[in-house]
Amino acid sequence: MNIRLTGLIAGGLLVLAALAASVALGKSMVPLGTVVDAFISFDGSREHLIVRSVRVPRALMAMMVGASLGVAGSVMQAISRNALAGPEMLAGSNGAALLLVVSMFLFGYTSSMIHVWAALLGAGLASLTVYVLGSLGGGMTAIKLILAGATINLLLASLVQGILIFSEQSLDEMRYWLAGSLTGGSMGMFLRVLPYMLAGLVIAIMASKQINLISLGEDVAQGLGLKVGLYKAGALLAVMCLVGGAVAIAGPIGFLGLAVPHIARFLVGLDYRWIIPYAALLGAALLLLADIGARFILPGEEISAGVVTAVLGAPFLIYLAQRKGG
Amino acid sequence: MSLRRWALVMTVLAAANLAVLLAGIMIGEFPVPMWEALKSVVGLGDPAYRFVIHELRVPRALVAFMVGAGLALSGAILQGLTRNPLAAPGVIGINGGAAALAVTAIVAIPTFPVAALPFAAFVGALAAALLSYALAWRRGSSPMRMLLVGVGIAASANAYITFWVTTRDINSVKQAMVWLMGSTYGRTWDHVWPLLPWLAILVPAALIMARRLDVLKLGDELAIGLGSAVERTRALLLLICVCLAGASVAMAGTIGFIGLMGPHIARQLVGSSSLRLLSASALCGSLIVMAADLLGRALWPPLEIPAGIITSALGAPYLIYLLYRNRRPG
Repeated sequence: MNIRLTGLIAGGLLVLAALAASVALGKSMVPLGTVVDAFISFDGSREHLIVRSVRVPRALMAMMVGASLGVAGSVMQAISRNALAGPEMLAGSNGAALLLVVSMFLFGYTSSMIHVWAALLGAGLASLTVYVLGSLGGGMTAIKLILAGATINLLLASLVQGILIFSEQSLDEMRYWLAGSLTGGSMGMFLRVLPYMLAGLVIAIMASKQINLISLGEDVAQGLGLKVGLYKAGALLAVMCLVGGAVAIAGPIGFLGLAVPHIARFLVGLDYRWIIPYAALLGAALLLLADIGARFILPGEEISAGVVTAVLGAPFLIYLAQRKGG
Repeated sequence: MSLRRWALVMTVLAAANLAVLLAGIMIGEFPVPMWEALKSVVGLGDPAYRFVIHELRVPRALVAFMVGAGLALSGAILQGLTRNPLAAPGVIGINGGAAALAVTAIVAIPTFPVAALPFAAFVGALAAALLSYALAWRRGSSPMRMLLVGVGIAASANAYITFWVTTRDINSVKQAMVWLMGSTYGRTWDHVWPLLPWLAILVPAALIMARRLDVLKLGDELAIGLGSAVERTRALLLLICVCLAGASVAMAGTIGFIGLMGPHIARQLVGSSSLRLLSASALCGSLIVMAADLLGRALWPPLEIPAGIITSALGAPYLIYLLYRNRRPG
């Protein structure tokens, strides 16, 4: 108990350190003292401007997106009782991406509330579709889930590509976003999405006890007097807010939501009351680090954070699959 | 299902293929009357139509025909091997591997000759399939593990493609996106001839192996008990499947859902005995791709919708419906 709590505090400190590093490091290095000055005594200098308008928003976005994806992945894995579930396997990321691209195609590129709702709706609908398809015919197995997910992902991705082919402007505007990047995210969009993401986090943490019970098996949870349907609906709502919000800001960031719950489970065991908060901190820290890495891996060129997480995460998926398909 | 029913279905499918082929020759920006189209098929056509028919429409329709047949047959074999109705060539990383190398060629090497693109794509497809076969090997091969591993490989390939797409010039990126979408636009005899031998060899090979596929479908233990060399047969069938899909993807890009739709429709028509299923799948696949290509040209001229978009838009809902209807416990 105490060890877990200490770990949680250590995780919090890790996130803070990563936040500070994310603000300070980059093409132009900013000493931490200057960062503090930029908020206390803003003097309009170039460094202060960088800190206030670029670095701090970017770090905050990475933190929130990472936490959201980590928690969403944990909730998905608990509810589906499937180690391969996650925002990308359940097609939530691509669902949000598709509806967002459609809404930008129809209503223009300025950030607006319509885009946020489109992303939330897309994430929810796609996840639900894959979940239902994967559990058809009694019980969700890894292979059913992954095939249903791959099929729906293929459909969504090709529809997105189809739309982008028709409009070169969309393609040019959206390709960075579709790679999962934190560079293009606007503060306006972030502030619009933030309440939903926070709501999703709060729901997930508040319901973590019930989610834990469901992860033991629906029959067990039902036998213990839990309203399983209600809590599953609540969990889906939380996932929708978390994934939709994350994708609206940063595009589909791959594999974070798949890998983070595994790391959290490795650290604290099978108890989702602890896995969920750990996943929030780990997700935030990992995405912050991936985003810092993206600035330095190729000299002179920034790659997107989504590529970094995918390069690290895809082999992890292969490893899981190798163990799973016994 | 009786033999007569199978023969009837095959005849109808072949007739439908011919009808769509004929329609493909007739319809377009420069319409060709039916009589002229028919005459030119037997070589008596009016020279005025000769160029349009012989150099533009016929090769394009033939590429669509072969690609469709190849993808559907490949899907049918894979579904038999994995005993899973959702397996498709795209899922085991074939499309991803082909796309990764093709995109690299288009985007990173501006001077890369377009004619060599299919070879790059084919090498990529083969490499991805071999990799997932090797990674899934654990005291014997398992097509099921191969599917799971393949999803991971496809995801890695996607990340790699994303990297190129985000870092390079928009024009070559657009070209790569069109290729990724899957289209038979501008395919000529230069695409028909390299593709033909693959199908001419692999389609009969697949049909000859159909009976052994039936045995494998019974499960490894029973198949071994019946005297089947399981590993060798499976490796051979997988190789046929990969080469068919690889050659098809190389010529027309990643046209989605044919490997799923073709076999499913065929199964509804002729049942699941392998020889009948495989032959009917091939004709279903070719029919779908030719029809999608025709539809893409005819819907909003002069705009061309890539065949891959049409097959995805039609295929996925159909697939969801099928899954829903065929749900059963177990």
